[in-house]
Amino acid sequence: MSFLSSPTNFFTSKLNDALGWARKFSIFQYPFVTACCGMEYMATNCSHYDQDRFGAGFPRFSPRQSDVLFVVGTISHKMAPVLKTVHDQMCDPKWVVAFGVCTCTGGFYDNYSTVMGIDTIIPVDIYIPGCPPRPENVLDGLMKLQDKIQKGEQSRTLYDPRTKIGRPAELAQGYTIEGHIKHIESVS
Amino acid sequence: MKPLQRVQEQFSADIIETHAFRGDETAIIRPSSLLAIAKFLKETPELDFNFLMDLTAVDYLFYAGGRIQKEFRFEVVYHFFSLKHNHRIRLKVPVDEKSPEVDTLCNLWASANWYEREVWDMYGIKFKGHPDLRRILMYEEFVGHALRKDYPVNKRQPLIGPQN
Amino acid sequence: MLLNVGPSHPAMHGVIRMIMELDGEKIKGVDIEMGYLHRAFEKMCETVMYTQCFPYTDRLNYVSPLINNVGFALTVEKLLGIDIPERAKYIRVIMSEISRVTDHLTCVGASAMELGAMSVFLYMIKAREFLWELVEEITGARLTISYVRIGGVKADLTKGFADKAFGKIADVRKVLIEADELLSRNRIFIDRMKNIGKISAEDAIAYGVTGPFLRATGVAYDVRKSNPYLIYDKLDFEVPVGSTGDNLDRYFVRMAEMEQSLRIIEQCFQQIPDGPIAGDLSGVVIPAAQMVDRAKMGQTEDLIEDEVNLDPTLQGSTRKYHDAINANKKDVVLPAKENTYGNIEGLMNHFKLVMYGHGIKPPIGEVYFPVEGANGELGFYIVSDGRDHPWRVRVHPPCFPIMAALPKCLIGDMMADLVPTFGSVNMIAGELDR
Repeated sequence: MSFLSSPTNFFTSKLNDALGWARKFSIFQYPFVTACCGMEYMATNCSHYDQDRFGAGFPRFSPRQSDVLFVVGTISHKMAPVLKTVHDQMCDPKWVVAFGVCTCTGGFYDNYSTVMGIDTIIPVDIYIPGCPPRPENVLDGLMKLQDKIQKGEQSRTLYDPRTKIGRPAELAQGYTIEGHIKHIESVS
Repeated sequence: MKPLQRVQEQFSADIIETHAFRGDETAIIRPSSLLAIAKFLKETPELDFNFLMDLTAVDYLFYAGGRIQKEFRFEVVYHFFSLKHNHRIRLKVPVDEKSPEVDTLCNLWASANWYEREVWDMYGIKFKGHPDLRRILMYEEFVGHALRKDYPVNKRQPLIGPQN
Repeated sequence: MLLNVGPSHPAMHGVIRMIMELDGEKIKGVDIEMGYLHRAFEKMCETVMYTQCFPYTDRLNYVSPLINNVGFALTVEKLLGIDIPERAKYIRVIMSEISRVTDHLTCVGASAMELGAMSVFLYMIKAREFLWELVEEITGARLTISYVRIGGVKADLTKGFADKAFGKIADVRKVLIEADELLSRNRIFIDRMKNIGKISAEDAIAYGVTGPFLRATGVAYDVRKSNPYLIYDKLDFEVPVGSTGDNLDRYFVRMAEMEQSLRIIEQCFQQIPDGPIAGDLSGVVIPAAQMVDRAKMGQTEDLIEDEVNLDPTLQGSTRKYHDAINANKKDVVLPAKENTYGNIEGLMNHFKLVMYGHGIKPPIGEVYFPVEGANGELGFYIVSDGRDHPWRVRVHPPCFPIMAALPKCLIGDMMADLVPTFGSVNMIAGELDR
């Protein structure tokens, strides 16, 4: 462990950079599209504001095969468990983009059925506000995401909706290898 | 002859009130006569209301700030449309708060099925004889009926995640 | 076997859950669970004033937001009993028809993509971008525009808009011809769409279905023809009707409707009355801050003829344009900005319309007004109690009865036929779940 994380180690830091570079230019998104922002997501994906030039062009419609979860559109309380399940099914390393103001903070839907920001349920890396955000905003957010991927940082905090105080995210069962071994031992 | 006049002639005992505010013909009828009037609207050739366009409910708790007191708290509102004659009519059925129950129209118009489920979900008004009365817009664990005036707009009941 | 087509799925239409009961590949039963995008539109509208409901109505059918705006505005205007100027009616019709074309483009494009025709999707989204550029020039935003106001519209058409629009319409027509060449006689497309998802006219009427879904079964019901509102009775357009009620007919009906909508827009530009009204203005243009300062000092004599120079986002509320596109009702429409900044009566008028507790106060009553949405009859039912907040706003979503009728279309077909049938329904979750 100490050999690999030694700051004088030239090869691993270059390797991390190379991995970051490779990951940021081949983003496999899972577009969790619910509402109006989906139209701007479609527009960003198509010819005028092409997302494919960033390497993020082809969405993977299965959470097991993707590494960035784009949450596009309002999440209601009925949908929230589904979102958590999909997020838990994705493999590490994974990032989450909150697309649209309804996912960032709930938007102007302060009512009994809307989640006030998905960062209360899953840890979010990039927030793209806008109702809906223009495709230029989306591409800006995508480039910020690429910077984050290059550095290898991931968000692991959940926020309280009113006070915005962070707390560490509870990871899904079997998320780490030790957790997975414990899970198998507990059921057998 | 206008549809409202025909209904008034046939069922004058069951109609509480009629009006045509801004040209929309409306009849407020007794709950017990709903099925009879609906059948009459559908099957009479001069009326021929083959579309049940909309079925909804209104809650009149504290109407106009409490200045106007309505006798019953809820009203179930039906909008009918006839394709052949191109006329519309609205029926309103007042429903009591203590026993909110109305006959179902599922046997006459198939569209009533989902509309009545939504009224049950949002207002808590039961429909006698409905084949499958369960929530349609909210989840089953939700307690209460969301569009009633005494349900606060931002009272959340989250399934997962923190209570705000 | 029960198969769950879960809420989050690749179809680009929104969130819906379908629990299919399968016998091998054949569909025996479908149970549809919706409500995953319930955003409490009706409850939120009860908590805000009438003009503040417009952003909520945008997000109902978010691919054709102007039609929702126009429907809500027409319902409140019916409740108030007011009429709007001719030019405003023409502008509303032009913007509604542009929205209708964007809706059909999205529907046909997305359903073509789900069948594998990716190029058609890209071409149609390209055409949609052309139309969104037009919408952005007039309203300021691409998708959620909140453009219509009670008593008129927010701003007039810009100079030279007609030529630009004709150019973009020609481009959209080219795209429609390309898509037609790629799909309409394509063996694979026809085999996947013909005789799939059939519904008979009696079943469609029993379920209360309207719009292209109903017209594909052979019933020629269009709200614009049977209950003409705005200036549709002065326009010459056809209502395309199918015959069998299967997916292919719905595709053809939508393609034909797009062409008719483009025709309507061209006719509107030929018939639209002129604006702005020049009136008795002196030609002096003053910046807004200067006008406010002079008015505060009481030097208001010349201000009655002068014009104010505003931020581009407020364009359309100056006196030149104001009367052409807004009804002449002081208790409904915000005054022209020269009056708001230049004299105390205008300022008080503005105040009385904007503050909580004041505002538009319709008489006590209820109205229902149907408008032809892209999916069918979009009806708003508003109950007013005489105060500034609506008592009840109910929207009759056109795709609600279509989704109720969907099991009838699907039963008997194979599992893979779910994709084209569901695509041709054009379910918009924002409208279905409100």
